[in-house]
Amino acid sequence: MSLRDHLRGIWAIVEKDMRTYYLKPPAVSWGVVFPVAWILAFYLRNPGDFVGLLPGLVTMTALFSSTAAEAVVINFELRLGSLERLLLAPIGPGTVFLAKVLGGAFFGLLMSGTVLLFTITTMPVSANARVFPVLFLSLLAFASLGAMLCILVREVFEAQTLLNLPRFVMVFLSGVVYPISAMPTPLRVLARFFPLTYSVEGLQAGLSLSQPNTYSLDLLALSGFTVAFLLIGMRRFSARFK
Amino acid sequence: MGYPAVPPGSPTNLGRNGPRVKEASPNEAPELGAVDTMLKRGKMEWAIRVEGLTKAYRDLVAVDHISFQVREGELFGLLGPNGAGKTTTIRLLTGLLQPSAGRASVLGYQVPSEIVQVKKKIGVVPEQSNVYEELTVIENLLFMGRLYGVPRRKRRERAEELVETFRLAQRKKSPARSLSRGMRRALTVACALMHNPRLLFLDEPTAGLDVAAARALRDLIQGLHRQGVTVFLTTHYLEEADLLCERVAILVRGRIAASGSPAELKKATQGEPVIEVRLEKPVARFQNSLSLRLPGALTTAPNPGVLRIVGGDPAQALEALFSSARETGARIVAVNTLQPTLEEAFLKITGLSPTIMAKEKTR
Repeated sequence: MSLRDHLRGIWAIVEKDMRTYYLKPPAVSWGVVFPVAWILAFYLRNPGDFVGLLPGLVTMTALFSSTAAEAVVINFELRLGSLERLLLAPIGPGTVFLAKVLGGAFFGLLMSGTVLLFTITTMPVSANARVFPVLFLSLLAFASLGAMLCILVREVFEAQTLLNLPRFVMVFLSGVVYPISAMPTPLRVLARFFPLTYSVEGLQAGLSLSQPNTYSLDLLALSGFTVAFLLIGMRRFSARFK
Repeated sequence: MGYPAVPPGSPTNLGRNGPRVKEASPNEAPELGAVDTMLKRGKMEWAIRVEGLTKAYRDLVAVDHISFQVREGELFGLLGPNGAGKTTTIRLLTGLLQPSAGRASVLGYQVPSEIVQVKKKIGVVPEQSNVYEELTVIENLLFMGRLYGVPRRKRRERAEELVETFRLAQRKKSPARSLSRGMRRALTVACALMHNPRLLFLDEPTAGLDVAAARALRDLIQGLHRQGVTVFLTTHYLEEADLLCERVAILVRGRIAASGSPAELKKATQGEPVIEVRLEKPVARFQNSLSLRLPGALTTAPNPGVLRIVGGDPAQALEALFSSARETGARIVAVNTLQPTLEEAFLKITGLSPTIMAKEKTR
């Protein structure tokens, strides 16, 4: 099985998932409308520093959009039996899992890219080249986390519930709306275990809102989270069919 | 549809488990390695070889040391009631499950170690039609073509060919969710054929279909078989297996109870010959006359105007039949030799009631 065969299979699945599930109103509204509404709510509560909320807005959009339809593309297809159709193709379960992750990441890129573009063209921030690596790695980490959690449960509603837990915990503890530096020490330590923390930090540097002192560490942490979530997810996914 | 020519009819080969009807000689069943080499070189022999295949879960043995072979180009049926292990067997052979023990080769490749090679050459139709409901008929087919690496130019051509063959041309731009159950089933089969597989696995192909749709699908399966595709199907419809399959294996509680051609199974379980006579109208003295002429046979009247002669010499029974008719003035309208059905053979072989199979039909 050549790399080309795997890539062809991945792209076919990504495109199909995009057309079948992602580019539909529920995924778009959950992926974009929810983060925008959330950030606007905080802004209206405290209109002083909207620019400071922008990294949080972009990373939240990345988080919610990349995981918006994973419960559907994995658990719903498992339930319907259509996931087996993919597993019967000559590409292997690991490739199928990777395709599901990349589908989420690709949709997240479309949504968060749009929000980012709107942000840098309308707000007083200057984006630099650091934006792109941190956004790509964040999308991969979030999509891998979502897919890994989905494969732990059977039903769509279980997956949605399980996905909401890290999503909302991260929104509160990863510096999206409240700076980590102002948190008590135990919460500051806890925040280091969430990929969103490194996304927000990295994007602050990418939007020239902070010094890039921890930028390399942020990229390293996001890469580590991506690899760990992918490996665990692939293993669990393959184990389902043993 | 571009399939190779149908190989000539193959001799019957039988599974290793249970009361086989006929033993396969060593010449008929060479070692796995030799067979695999022949297949890889394109010489047709066994499409599937299974030896001692087992799938055990913590507290359940779903498939218990089964062994059988399927020739390339053959239409083979795995029969059994719900929970017998039919679907598990297909999942083991197609790489969706890992065996606990035993060996299997499909088209010359070992399963599961060479499963990617196997997957390139097989098509699988699961029990549940699992097409993508949001996609149209043609999009489903094109997606499958992409997944299996069918070149772009051939993909569209093949998809158009399949919608014609499966009578889906009128609905090719309709979403799969709008199709009837029979059409969705036909689309599921068509999807499995997009990459021109040499071997098609069909799990309960006609389950849940109405009579017309089931008949149309059976015709399609026979058509594929005529074009040289090896077909491995599971079914609990005994009459379907009798109609379609060249050979069958009966699976009960994870074990193969018997295997052979439907005719062989019926013959092996046949009891005494039965002749059925239909009269124009019931004649009271006819049965008595017949009983006197045939002391070694049992004469029964299951319905008014119908008599059955069980046992004895069939030639002598026929002679007695016409003599008694002349003597009593009875008018014979039909004489039939009753053959045992596959259902009766199933009953004798397994000791199970065919109603167990019927129960599954209503699920």
